[in-house]
Amino acid sequence: MEHILSFFHQHTELIYIVILSVFLGVEVISRVPSVLHTPLMSGANAIHGVVIIGAIIVMGKAEQDNYLALILGFLAVILGTVNVVGGFVVTDRMLEMFKKKKH
Amino acid sequence: MGSSVLSIIYLIGSVTFILGLKMLSKPDTARKGNLVAAAGMALAILGTIFLYKSDDGHHLHNYGWITAGLLIGTVIGVLSAKKVKMTAMPEMVSMFNGMGGACAALISIVEFDHLIHSRFNVNQLLSTAGEQLIIKMQKLLQARLEDGAGSLNFSLDTNIDMRGHLLIILLGLIIGAVSFAGSVIAWGKLNGRIRDFSFKGQHYVNLAVMAMILMGAIVLVVTVNNQVDAAVSAGTPHSLLSFQLLFYLVLLCSLLYGILFVLPIGGADMPVVISLLNSFTGVAAACGGFLYDNPVMLTGGILVGSAGTILTILMCKAMNRSLKNVLIGSFGNGTTASGTVKDHGTYKEVSLSDAAVVMAYASKVMIVPGYGLAVAQAQHACHELEKLLEDKGVVVKYAIHPVAGRMPGHMNVLLAEADVPYEKLLEMEGANAELPTTDAVLVLGANDVVNPAAKNDPSSPIYGMPILEVENAKLVIVNKRSMKPGYAGIENDLFFQPKTSMLFGDAKQVLQQLVAEIKQV
Repeated sequence: MEHILSFFHQHTELIYIVILSVFLGVEVISRVPSVLHTPLMSGANAIHGVVIIGAIIVMGKAEQDNYLALILGFLAVILGTVNVVGGFVVTDRMLEMFKKKKH
Repeated sequence: MGSSVLSIIYLIGSVTFILGLKMLSKPDTARKGNLVAAAGMALAILGTIFLYKSDDGHHLHNYGWITAGLLIGTVIGVLSAKKVKMTAMPEMVSMFNGMGGACAALISIVEFDHLIHSRFNVNQLLSTAGEQLIIKMQKLLQARLEDGAGSLNFSLDTNIDMRGHLLIILLGLIIGAVSFAGSVIAWGKLNGRIRDFSFKGQHYVNLAVMAMILMGAIVLVVTVNNQVDAAVSAGTPHSLLSFQLLFYLVLLCSLLYGILFVLPIGGADMPVVISLLNSFTGVAAACGGFLYDNPVMLTGGILVGSAGTILTILMCKAMNRSLKNVLIGSFGNGTTASGTVKDHGTYKEVSLSDAAVVMAYASKVMIVPGYGLAVAQAQHACHELEKLLEDKGVVVKYAIHPVAGRMPGHMNVLLAEADVPYEKLLEMEGANAELPTTDAVLVLGANDVVNPAAKNDPSSPIYGMPILEVENAKLVIVNKRSMKPGYAGIENDLFFQPKTSMLFGDAKQVLQQLVAEIKQV
């Protein structure tokens, strides 16, 4: 119990951010037209690609002889980049078509 | 200096994500919003590469590897995103999502390895004798202090509590792995490589696998300090082998759970599942934020997590189903659908030329696009037919069900690609209001979204889902490739009603032939 409390205490700021972000996320997209569901899903998909930062840190901290970290980190960087780049490009492609016919 | 700049960069990154998401939810700012978020992401990535410092003050290294990874990922990402056909968009999004999940899980694996060996690295620096001495002194002192003052706390830095850290690593691992495996299955199901699969008692198997994951995780978190302590005093990391094995068992079970969880879900429920997995990956990314004390990962991940959950719920609402129903309900319909085959009577076919005449002389035609249109890539042919009919003075509109196709808004994207004007697309309420005054409805490969069973058959798995009430129109022409039931595996009474005629064939060919026929009318 004490450990849980001290863990909570150590991370108070992060926990605040989490809780506020939850409300923010809900608030930000509370009323989306269904036309935009797909691009929004795809755009959000690209944003969670922010996990790539973790992959870069893992990779950047790996020791030269730690092959597990090097190989998995390298894979993680590739996968994360595909998620980010592919996600934003695909979303842009979709939205480009929406724009064209709005004149 | 560098670290403070990085903090500001992360702040800017977080703000762009919020702004981007906000702009993405409005049609006129959506494209800019996407670019804003992308710019913030690029900034955060570059900032991390050049300015990040670990706790001991070191910059990152392995720049060659990182750059190579970024380059390879960018090439794959851009190529696949540019090449993918608009019809295959749902599976592409699902695949990208799976990669994010896999990325989070891989990070957790490396960090786990790092965590359980970190004490060894520290202790290798101290001589074993010195370590023993410190531990003895610490115990002595602590005993003294407790005897005397009672409440004084005393601890050495080498005795770090690993449980909180491990808990976050495990969360990232489990959520990331479930999301990855689930997304791959969803990808396979959407492009038809994997069929719906369910067996008796699947629900219980799922629960058992989930229980195993939970138990494994609890054991790992509770025993990590003792295990590592024991291994350290034994002087060798080998005794941690069974502990590591348990960790990988949890990983395996999570992958299995992801597979089992998505396999039985089908039909109109797939978009909901993709959206749900999307928000899972967001949460997995946020775990990374905790792990590295990184606010931009945290806000990015949680924003997507919560926004994705809301999106999921909105989609469920559009189908008038609860999330619980989507997740467990499909399991029920696999068994009942085969049990109750009703006699639907007979259907009648209409010839191409008759259909062409009907449509050319109608004053109002409503087109209901479905997945059949997407599969056949018939959106351009469809637009051609619409223009031709308009030239003949027929009012043509499209009735778009929110979950037609394999993804919400799927039809809007497709028709947008073919340049169909915005104002011709009616949402469900608008379409239902106009259907009674419509002369002819052309249903293109849609099934579940026009199934009257949703309104009048309480035993149907889709009962309660709002549908396009096409039977209110004067005449319905249904284009399908065969009489086989649709994606959800439910027979459709509509096809057997006297008002309805069937027009079999591939949507694209049928539309092209219709265009040719109407030109001659």
